[in-house]
Amino acid sequence: MITARGLVQTFHTGRGKAAKEVRAVDGVDLDVAEGEVVGFLGPNGAGKTTTLRMLTTLLRPTAGTATVAGYDVVKEPVQVRRSIGYVSQVGSTFSGAYAGDEVVDHGMLYGMARGDAVRRGQELFERLQLDGLWKRMPKNMSGGQKRRLDVVMGLIHDPTLVFLDEPTTGLDPQARANLWEHIESLRTSHGATVFLTTHYLDEADALADRIVIIDQGRIVASDTADNLKAQVAGDLVDLEVASDDQVAVAAQRLGAIGQAVETDGRRVRGRVERAGRVVPSLLRDLGSAGVVLDSIEVLRPTLDDVFLTLTGRSLRDAEAGEASSSEGEPEQKEEVA
Amino acid sequence: MAFVGESNIVFRRQIRMNLRNPAWVLIGIMQPVLYLVLFGPLLKPLVGSFDTGTDNAYTFLVPGLLVQLGMFGAFFAGFGLIGEWREGVIEAERVTPASRTALLVGRLMRDVIQLFVQALILVGLGYLMGMRGSVGGVLLGIFITLVVGGACAAASNALALTTKSEDVMAPVINIVMMPVLLLSGILLPMTIGPEWLQKISDFMPFRYIVDAVRGSFAGDFGTSTVFWGAAWAAVLAALGTWWGTATFRKENA
Repeated sequence: MITARGLVQTFHTGRGKAAKEVRAVDGVDLDVAEGEVVGFLGPNGAGKTTTLRMLTTLLRPTAGTATVAGYDVVKEPVQVRRSIGYVSQVGSTFSGAYAGDEVVDHGMLYGMARGDAVRRGQELFERLQLDGLWKRMPKNMSGGQKRRLDVVMGLIHDPTLVFLDEPTTGLDPQARANLWEHIESLRTSHGATVFLTTHYLDEADALADRIVIIDQGRIVASDTADNLKAQVAGDLVDLEVASDDQVAVAAQRLGAIGQAVETDGRRVRGRVERAGRVVPSLLRDLGSAGVVLDSIEVLRPTLDDVFLTLTGRSLRDAEAGEASSSEGEPEQKEEVA
Repeated sequence: MAFVGESNIVFRRQIRMNLRNPAWVLIGIMQPVLYLVLFGPLLKPLVGSFDTGTDNAYTFLVPGLLVQLGMFGAFFAGFGLIGEWREGVIEAERVTPASRTALLVGRLMRDVIQLFVQALILVGLGYLMGMRGSVGGVLLGIFITLVVGGACAAASNALALTTKSEDVMAPVINIVMMPVLLLSGILLPMTIGPEWLQKISDFMPFRYIVDAVRGSFAGDFGTSTVFWGAAWAAVLAALGTWWGTATFRKENA
């Protein structure tokens, strides 16, 4: 469904001496099969949206090629547009127009007859639980309703490939969970291929068959969530001992069965393979050594751990670093125009 | 033809939103109407000395106000586009297979229709106040106004999509419009000014357009004044639509 080779997007930022060329996307290769749900994960400013905009023909690649739904994004943009649905981060409807009117006009721009667009629009309103909101203006809708309206806009022409750009950013947890269900049903009841960007780990984990991680404009990993997590050596065992003089003993015992042991005050952490099997004997061991525990936690690896392993930074740090040095925030379209 | 159909879809969407909020049409015409009512009477004792072929203050003033309406009204058309862009509407439209030019043309159709309604109101009021002018001449004058208005609306939309900020656009429009207003002879004829001022105004295309609309209201169709004004209007329209289309078609906008 998507094949990209060496996609590059550069833009210029600053003037005079401060002028520099920024490679927002720096040689991205991507392959997405039909029917796949792919999560495109990375910190803010990693190049997610820029890549997406190139794949959806909104931005011409500086270099590289991409075929989307069988068509070249540069040579056959109109055919690409006909085949894909795009749900952008910023929305798609005017706040002061009726939701239904916006949807029907959008369908007609795809060449649908008015009657078909109305029928299909109403069907989608029902499916996305927007019944009764046909004559509501987006400015009077909740955040979740507005996002679902954006999804309706993206699906009006029945595309076989759907791009979703950070679909749940800014939504409350309930609205997020609700939208996840709808995104999941895109494939199950619709057979669509879904490509979604997110900087939420749990979102990629919950929705995607496969996760592609991008950092600083380059793909750093592409695999299923389970396989990615398996790359992180084992589960995290987090002990809190009762007194400071027991820290060294606990660290030594944990080190005997695991690795990457570190201490932080009265806390001792380390990576252990198959924690479920070895932790009971570790506890006995600690007990006989006279170590008293205040708490013990065993954590399965998260995608954040994966990101840390791959890039040496945690996702949260990557975002914070981006925010502080972000005069040339590559996700912003003004910069690229 | 797909292009016409697509332009129509965009046009109908825009008109629907305008009709839901007709206040804007009226706010747009407030300025020329105020000039007509509050400035027109001041011209009455003066207009005979202008040597513009009419001693009727309103026959002199209405054509100028008409062109002013065409320029100013249309130049503010782009502000609505920035709002739409911010809400993602432009991007959503650009990801459909519809022609990008149609996205502009549909909006221009709205701007021209709106200008036409405003022009009719202004001319109607002018007649009420005592303006004189043949129907044919007035219609030709309105037509020239619409051409200029379309050009300005296209330029305004292009500027909006280039700057994407009301804060940048408002001062730009002000800087452009002030000299245009002062050098076009909209409120007073340039011919009563000193020679140096007339020389400067010779470089102002809008001045010829004002003269042409004024001439056409007075019924002087065949004159070179009307011809040159209409020609300038056509040139501006070509430039405006070229800029507008180029901006809308640009890959990276």
